[in-house]
Amino acid sequence: METGTIQEFQQSLSSLDTASTVVSADEFEAGIADVIETPAVGAELPFDDLSLSETPVTLDPSPAQLRGATTGVTGSRMGITSLGTVAVESREEGDEFVALYPERHVAVVRERDLEADLSDAFGWLRNEFEAGRQSFILATGPSSTGDMGALVQGVHGPEHVHIVIVRDNE
Amino acid sequence: MSESTKLDADRIRTLLETESAEIKENTRLFNAERYDAVEAVGAEAHEGYRDRAREIKEDAIERLPELIHQTRSAVEANGGTVYVADDAADANRYVSEVLDDEGADSVVKSKSMTTEEIDLNEALEANDVDVWETDLGEFVIQVAEEAPSHIVGPSLHKSREEITELFEREFDPDESLDSAQKLTAFAREYLGERIDDADVGITGANFVMAESGSIALVTNEGNARKCASIPDTHVAVAGIEKIIPSVAELEPFAELISRSATGQDIPQYLSLLTPPVDTPTIDFDREDEPAFGGGDAERDFHLVLIDNGRRAMRQDDELRETLYCIRCGACANSCANFQSVGGHAFGGETYTGGIATGWEAGIEGLDVAEEFNDLCTGCSRCVNACPVKIDIPWINTVVRDRINRGKDPGFDDLLVDGLVPDEEESGTPLRKRFFGNFETVAKLGSATAPVSNAVAGTGAARTAMESVLGIDARRDLPEFERTTLRDWAQARDTAVEDPMRRVALYPDLYTNYVQTERGKAAVRVLEALGCEVVVPDAGGSGRAPLSQGMIATAEEKAEGVAESLLPYLDAGYDVVVVEPSDLAMFQREYEKLLPAETHERIAEGSYEVMEFVYGLLENGAELDALPGGEGDGVAYHSHCQQRTLGLEEYTKIVLERLGYDVLTSDVECCGMAGSFGYKSEYYDLSVDVGQSLVDQFEPAADERTVVASGTSCMEQLDSLLAPGTRHPVELLDPVRR
Repeated sequence: METGTIQEFQQSLSSLDTASTVVSADEFEAGIADVIETPAVGAELPFDDLSLSETPVTLDPSPAQLRGATTGVTGSRMGITSLGTVAVESREEGDEFVALYPERHVAVVRERDLEADLSDAFGWLRNEFEAGRQSFILATGPSSTGDMGALVQGVHGPEHVHIVIVRDNE
Repeated sequence: MSESTKLDADRIRTLLETESAEIKENTRLFNAERYDAVEAVGAEAHEGYRDRAREIKEDAIERLPELIHQTRSAVEANGGTVYVADDAADANRYVSEVLDDEGADSVVKSKSMTTEEIDLNEALEANDVDVWETDLGEFVIQVAEEAPSHIVGPSLHKSREEITELFEREFDPDESLDSAQKLTAFAREYLGERIDDADVGITGANFVMAESGSIALVTNEGNARKCASIPDTHVAVAGIEKIIPSVAELEPFAELISRSATGQDIPQYLSLLTPPVDTPTIDFDREDEPAFGGGDAERDFHLVLIDNGRRAMRQDDELRETLYCIRCGACANSCANFQSVGGHAFGGETYTGGIATGWEAGIEGLDVAEEFNDLCTGCSRCVNACPVKIDIPWINTVVRDRINRGKDPGFDDLLVDGLVPDEEESGTPLRKRFFGNFETVAKLGSATAPVSNAVAGTGAARTAMESVLGIDARRDLPEFERTTLRDWAQARDTAVEDPMRRVALYPDLYTNYVQTERGKAAVRVLEALGCEVVVPDAGGSGRAPLSQGMIATAEEKAEGVAESLLPYLDAGYDVVVVEPSDLAMFQREYEKLLPAETHERIAEGSYEVMEFVYGLLENGAELDALPGGEGDGVAYHSHCQQRTLGLEEYTKIVLERLGYDVLTSDVECCGMAGSFGYKSEYYDLSVDVGQSLVDQFEPAADERTVVASGTSCMEQLDSLLAPGTRHPVELLDPVRR
């Protein structure tokens, strides 16, 4: 049974055609292996307690690996419950490319990092800006366009997004 | 715009035949989604964001020089460069120099209206640089060598089939691109290669944040992110008006922009970038090297802020509000005329839709704005749609006035000066002065009725009117009554004992001279509900001249109305108005035409007739005093300006309380909008817009009485559906008992 926040976040995600999985920290590595389609590339997570190094995800990929990957895994230090949004940060680990090139984007977000709505998210952003971290993409669902006569997903960005929510320790 | 593309009946007809179907479908979908999204977030919250957004923009434009300075400091501190370009040539020269310095021969772009404005692509291509638009809609336009038809959806006038045909012709692909999926996949691969190979990425900026030197980009496709992060050099091009103080001020805009544009709560990608970003550079020439090729290239960032007329707009009290625009396209989507013909008619060299007149007048000049300015009928449906509360109809009126004044006086003027003396400078076109002086026409027509009606109805007169004044012969003309409403009212003996309220019923031109029956009904209804009613000696509201851009004449009329009505307001009378477009004058435009205190008194003391009836019933007036509806059906079309004022519901509620079954129209506008529908070149467009109302009412018209609140709406319905449309107050008339 998930908490209200996770449930609400998952509801927002499902309305965006975005899949989600909830795991505990212990289950994290197995959880990632379950939701990726290889070949997978990743940007090492911005969390002390979670790492992609023991998963079948290639970190610091070459351009060829990036282009050839089916899945890209990044960590997100902020999610928005009401919208199903995750923040992609422009970091030296290359989150931006990893989240953008492969057709599947798997974003890892921790329960404790979920903000209720856009207003709370802006509170978080203001703090980040003050701390000197000033480049984020708020990504909501897969990329899409209606310009070709019907709504199509996966234009310049991913066609599928899967969010892995890491439950806080009980 | 070349001479051949000037707006005339033929060009409008061509656009109705070729682009209308797609534009209608797409803009109406955006519009409907916007309504749903606003409802979902709650009208109150939405209003709060709009107020805050407006406040931020007012402040930012006021402090613009300081914010430009702050932006420069912040971007330079981050390691980027800021260039403020005076005009298009200056901007293009700067961007070309950046490309030269980088040795760049290929550029990928993310959709940017500002670079459309300065014709950046042409300038770069002239220097042998390959330029690729990566927004799919913009790519379609680039391949088709056309101009965008919409601020948000540049190619929304094209059907999927047309795009398939275009791509198959231009690219000769191995397999047919006969679905949106295949087209998208093709474009993704084609453009993806070009993005990876590009030397420089050029984006716009939806917002620039002065404090941190950040830019915000709003996209659904992800192409802005690619253009900003994949090439090592990023050039962002934005108008100086895009600057807001800091990330804190971005919040209301983040709430508003996608909701207003497409009805999304938030775009797929809302990027807040503070370049040069930390994302490593990527080197595709070392494709097997880890760490994205292990390149040690530096990221380079240039922010080009463009003036191109904006600083002058900032100094212009009437055009300044245009700079608050966040380019969401809601004004276009909510515009009935735009829905029919799109931005290739209702747009200038760059910008399209309602706000385009302000932009084009400020950036290109009055001559460019003139080509489509008359397509704004002043219906005001865009006013509530605009997320920053820009009074778009007023900007269109001001520009129209300036266009009028810029004309050389000709023989026509000498003629008209004697016949219809007004406050306008010579040069205002004869036809505009004819419609603008409708009060004089109505007075004469009424005084000489029924002869005037008979003469006006002859074939010879209609031919003359069409050739001299451009009044379409297919339109029925209003028939003037010999006895005006005011004459009728003065000749009556009435006394309401111990009146509940005392009412000055404003005799607008149509109610006084043409639709006198609705005026008489209004008097009898108000009396039956316990009001003393007088019809004061007040002239036209100024709506007619205002619609023609004759502001000085409208101001004179407004002063006349104030002089007539203020004594009644002082004596405790309520002013009741039958014609919604005149009530809208009192409530909205008089703010621009009269001293603030006078405007406030008139606006606060005046009511739409059915709104007033509702108020009387709420305050104890007897519903039984009016004839009941007995379950009869009514098809009710409110009026665009009445809806903008939020007064549509009162009529519906009153009719329902009386026992009518009410079907309400949900179209944006009837397409008539006063003089617009009479003008020969707009006749087809007016009928096309009206058709959506007809489509909704036709199936019900046999069983339902068709009622409309506005005169022009009634005329449009009468001519397109079935003659016999009435004003709702006529259903309430006690003589119907």
